[in-house]
Formats: sequence, C-alpha cells, structure tokens
Amino acid sequence: METGYITAFWFIIISALTVPLMLGVGYLLRPKGKETRRKMTSYECGEEPVGSAWIKFNIRFYIVAIVFIIFDVEMAAIFPAATVFKESIANGTVGLVFSEIFIFVALLLIGLIYCWVRGDLEWVKGVTKFAPNK
Amino acid sequence: MVQSAQFAHSLEGWFGLLPLWGWAAISAFIVIYFIALPFGGLATYVERKIAADMQDRIGPNRVGPIGLFQFAADAIKMLSKEDFIPKGGDRFLFNLAPLFVVVGSCTAFAVLPLSKYLIGADVNIGVVFILAVTTLIAPGLLLGSWASENKWSLLGGLRAASQIVSYEIPVALSILPVVLISGSLQIGTIVEQQGWTVFGENVATNHFWNAFHNPFTFFSMFLLFVGGLAETNRIPFDLPEAESELVSGFNTEFSGMRFGLYALGEFCDVFVMSAMVTALYLGGWHIPFLDIEKLGFALPTGLVAIIQFHVFMIKTLLVVFVVMWLRWTLPRLRVDQLMGMCWKGLLPLAFFNVLGTAIWMWVFKGQSLIQLLAGHG
Repeated sequence: METGYITAFWFIIISALTVPLMLGVGYLLRPKGKETRRKMTSYECGEEPVGSAWIKFNIRFYIVAIVFIIFDVEMAAIFPAATVFKESIANGTVGLVFSEIFIFVALLLIGLIYCWVRGDLEWVKGVTKFAPNK
Repeated sequence: MVQSAQFAHSLEGWFGLLPLWGWAAISAFIVIYFIALPFGGLATYVERKIAADMQDRIGPNRVGPIGLFQFAADAIKMLSKEDFIPKGGDRFLFNLAPLFVVVGSCTAFAVLPLSKYLIGADVNIGVVFILAVTTLIAPGLLLGSWASENKWSLLGGLRAASQIVSYEIPVALSILPVVLISGSLQIGTIVEQQGWTVFGENVATNHFWNAFHNPFTFFSMFLLFVGGLAETNRIPFDLPEAESELVSGFNTEFSGMRFGLYALGEFCDVFVMSAMVTALYLGGWHIPFLDIEKLGFALPTGLVAIIQFHVFMIKTLLVVFVVMWLRWTLPRLRVDQLMGMCWKGLLPLAFFNVLGTAIWMWVFKGQSLIQLLAGHG
C-alpha cells in the first residue's frame, strides 16, 4: 500500500515539473518582441479596455459555492458508510448502515428542498416568496 | 482480497535492479510521458478529424500521412509563439494557473487501472483520490482567469468554477452506487469484481459490469458521464469558453505554450473522466464473459498485462469518441439551464439511484441481475 502513495507522490512531482519544462523550452525557442503598450493591454475585441477587469461579480456565484461546500462535506460523510455497506449485509448489521446512509441522504434532500424553495437554485432571480428585502 | 499488482511492483518483478521507489518514479514517468501527454496531443488531431468527418470535410491532411503529425506541428507552433502577460495582470498567479490544471489532470492517471498489473498507485482511497485531484482544475481555471485582468476571462473563470463545483456533487453521488456494490474505494478491487464468466469459478463472488448490476446503476453510469462532461467543460457544457459570447473564456489572454498546457490538461481530464466511467461501470480491463487468466493454461503476466491494457484503452477511447461525437451533435446550454439541470435534475436523480442501489443490495443480498438470472449463490 505504501508503494501506492509513493507513486502518487512521484506523479505529483513529475507532472508539476512538466509545466516549467515545457514553458522553459518555449522560452528558448520563441521570439522576444518589444513590449508595446498596445500589445500589453488586455483583449477587449480591439477596443481600449475600460476600467479594471476586477469587477464586483454577481453574488450568485458565491451562493453556489456555499451550497456546494455543505453538500460536499455531507458527501464525504456518506462515503465511509457506503464502504462498509457490503460487509454489513454479510454480518447482519445492514439495517444500521442503511439507516445511516438514509439519514445522510435525507438530510441532503431536505437541504436541497430548502434551497429550492428559498430560490437559491434559480439562476435568474425574480422576487421570491422569502426574499429578505420584501 | 484481490491480488492486483501496481506498476512499480510489476516492473521490479520483471527487471529488478532498482529499489522500489526508483521503479515508482519510472512508472510515474512512463504513465505521464507515454500515455497522458501523447493522448492529449493526439486527441486534438483526432477531434479535428472526427469533426471533419461529421461535417463532410477532409480535415487536417498535410503534415505526414493523413495528417497524423499535425499535433507535432501544433506543438512546434505553440512553443515558438510569442508569450506575454497583460500589463495589469498578476504575474505570479498567471504563471501558477497552468500548473494547477496540468497537475490536477495528470496526477489522476496514477490510480487509473490500465491493467491488473499496471495500476500506477492502487491506493485504498482510489475513487476519492480521483475526485480530489481533478477538482484542482477548478482553482487553476479561476486563478488564470482572475490573473489575466480581462473581463471575458473573469466571466469564463467564474462560470467554470461554479459549473465544476456544482457538477462535482452529482458525479460523487453517481460513484456511490459502485462503492455500495463493491464495498471498497480501491479501484483495482472494484474492477476485479466486474469479471464474470459463464464457466468461471468466480461467478458467486464477482458480478458482471457494474453498469448492468441493477437498473439504478445503469442510470448512474449516464449521470456520471453527463456530470463528467460538465466537469471537463465539454460541449454541451462548454460555457466557460463559449466562443460566441466570451471570445475564448478563461484562456483568452493565454498564448503559446501556456494555452497549450491548458488544452493538454483539459484533454487529459477528458481521458480521466472516460477512464473513470470505464473502470467503475464498464468493467475496466475485462473482456465480457471471458477471463484471460482462467483459460485453462497460464499466459505470462506480461502478455496478460498487455492484453488487459488494450482492452481498457479500447473501452476508454470509445467513451472519448462519444464525448467528441456529442460535441458536433448538441448545441450549447444557457447558464441558467446548466445550473438548473445540475441542482434540479441530476442531483435528485443521483439520490434516487443511491437509495435504489442500497435497497437492491439489501433485498437481493448483494447479487447482481445477471447472477440472479443465472441462479448463482
């Protein structure tokens, strides 16, 4: 088993070294043009860029991230229960394990229904029933 | 337990000479430089050729016989392109971003079961390892888009992050039925259990391909495939780089080899996703109804490894072909449709599949459909 982790470690090292290697070869081969002002501006379809690109983006991206974290943590909690499920069929504790998986899935489902009713899953926001500013 | 050997062990057994960690490094080198990166290069050529066939064109045909060396020409072109970072951008993050994408997609090759004797790293958390490592791509795309100080990039990167993160949940939930069936997270074990032969001795312990274990896993396979398409930003889910609205999305400002690395990482990710569908649901290295290790006479391990490798590759490349085929068949979704489909469509279905598989396992004592029909156990 340790060999597996050693190999996985080597995979990370070698793939991480690939990037500087390729960029280094590119550095040796490519032409080094002058840095003109026009060239160094960011691309906006040929127009002069207006303002900074680091704009305030829509809050819904943030909400998606929050919902994801909750779901993902609960998912991580289901995996161990799922791993012992087959064993539990053989040794008779299947009811316990199944109820555990069921409780986790039910929790996630309740969370999903909550988000759904609240309107967090709507990408195009209308005025929802539970909108706080109403 | 199943006796599946890792690539490093096999190499040490066949050649000796080096300590095990040396063979581990060499196996990692071989898998990355002789499987992952060449696939990424060739896939660009194959994709263009498939596109040409489907649109009744000829496609690349000038470089080498039937244009086979097109990818080498592309590589030379990318290496010799001028490369610059926008003035207002964040140089450090701009350089860091391709690293995340390449490490995320290439490291996932470590646990792919190329053959029973050629698994790079058969760790006991294999499935979770793939999920964890491929998620590194999302921060890579987000960092790159943020660092290039470009509005198209930022929008593309945000879309990529929210899309990859959302579809992570249906994908993980579609893997759960396999974990329920196999009782293991180790990919070698999961694949080994899918070898079911009509005359073999392992009919009681092994079931047939997981896709045909029960009706729920059959649907799960499609959910995994669809979720994988979205995670790899392929059409119909390629909103992060939708060229008709966002120029080129998150990689608008990336030129030369940096763009090449992004493309390479994305294609490797497609391979990883297809290999995951193959290994978890389509029987991995097994030829249907035939176990080449129980033919009545013993084949040398090296030959077995080579045959299994080819079987695995054929299955995976067929899935990759379906991915490319879909690209030229389906139109792109809208952003709200994309998110709605994930949270309101795939997620409830995935829950249904998990519970359904658990109930099936409980009622039929873990037997698959084919075992029940054949009356084993």
